[in-house]
Amino acid sequence: MARITAGVGCSHVPAIGVAMDTHITDQPYWVPVFKGFEFSREWMKANKPDVIFLVYNDHCTAFDASCIPTFALGAAATFTPADEGYGPRPVPVVRNHQKLASHIAQSLILDEFDITIMNEMEVDHGLTVPLSVMYGDRTPDDDWGVQVIPLAVNVVQYPAPTGNRCYNLGKAVRKAIESFPEDLKVMVFGTGGMSHQLQYKRAGLINPEFDIDFLDRLTSDPVGLSKMPHVDYLRLAGSEGVEMVMWHVMRGALDDDVVEVHRHYHVPASNTAVGHIILENKSYHDSHAKIAAE
Amino acid sequence: MTKKDYEDIPGTFVFDADRSREGYHLNQFCISLRLQKNRDAFNAGEEAYLDKFPMTPEQREAVLKREWNRLLELGGNIYYTSKLAANDGINFQNLAGLMTGMGVEAYRDMMLHGGRPIEGNRYKSEWGEE
Repeated sequence: MARITAGVGCSHVPAIGVAMDTHITDQPYWVPVFKGFEFSREWMKANKPDVIFLVYNDHCTAFDASCIPTFALGAAATFTPADEGYGPRPVPVVRNHQKLASHIAQSLILDEFDITIMNEMEVDHGLTVPLSVMYGDRTPDDDWGVQVIPLAVNVVQYPAPTGNRCYNLGKAVRKAIESFPEDLKVMVFGTGGMSHQLQYKRAGLINPEFDIDFLDRLTSDPVGLSKMPHVDYLRLAGSEGVEMVMWHVMRGALDDDVVEVHRHYHVPASNTAVGHIILENKSYHDSHAKIAAE
Repeated sequence: MTKKDYEDIPGTFVFDADRSREGYHLNQFCISLRLQKNRDAFNAGEEAYLDKFPMTPEQREAVLKREWNRLLELGGNIYYTSKLAANDGINFQNLAGLMTGMGVEAYRDMMLHGGRPIEGNRYKSEWGEE
């Protein structure tokens, strides 16, 4: 059976992708940003997933203002990196596990999550930057070495789905994955954030206290955290900080008991606080700790 | 009309359904610049290109004058207006420098020193605004 091993929370700042694509990650500005992903890349190799269920938001790339689905699940065979106005990122095409994606789509809808199914979709930095930071440099001729099921969440037009809705969707995603007969290791990524405001006169807002509390409560109080109203994100974490609702899908898909194995927090990358966390399901963590001990 | 609980946040436009409705054609114009062929057409003749989008005269003027805050006041969304900025060679951080009125250098310096703090920036009343 397919099973979820771990969750990853990760910012998807476009400038991080640009820094990798233009090979300037050794500049003093970028060194501390990427330092925090060194552990993560080793961890990805050691805990190699077959499939990543990747929750992200599209930035008016696949969806312009004409169509705004709250939850859109990628069911296509492949997803091409999109031109976001400065040429497509030079990274591999993203390959889907189509059978699992279709299975999840059916299961979610029967579970009363009325998602949109995307049989053609380009993907933007929201999806490719988390893969880049976790896997390292890749060229368009490479393969990511993992299959990816994208879930695009609307966070551009208010209101985004509530944190509670996202958390419960995560639970339904877990149920879907665990009822899939193939033996697969699946990770769930929640991306976006952390505190940032890109627009108008308050642009540049950063709130480390909010961000650290958010990271702490992913382990200590995930249910309480998922009940946070949108206005708190908007006011305290900046108008674009509301992206953090997507982390609740990841958290909802995990065990109640998780082990935080890595955390990284840095200000700034462009306009944004970079946050990153790795949470292993307790059951998975204990099982591989036992194997390591033997 | 019911009061929105996010309207007392200073220096912020929450892009809700009302703003989306007002800004629809403006935003669709901006996002069209995602594609090179459209950027080429726009840069070859801005006025003629804008004729294809039935935006208001105010929105049209704000586009032509690159009044970045005015674009947001008229229903623009940052993820859209940033495409117009990108066409002009202005990245997200420099655009923020312009919108805040700080200028690019001072804004970048603020970000390097931890960004804009939350203290004094939660409510419009803290900015002396209603």
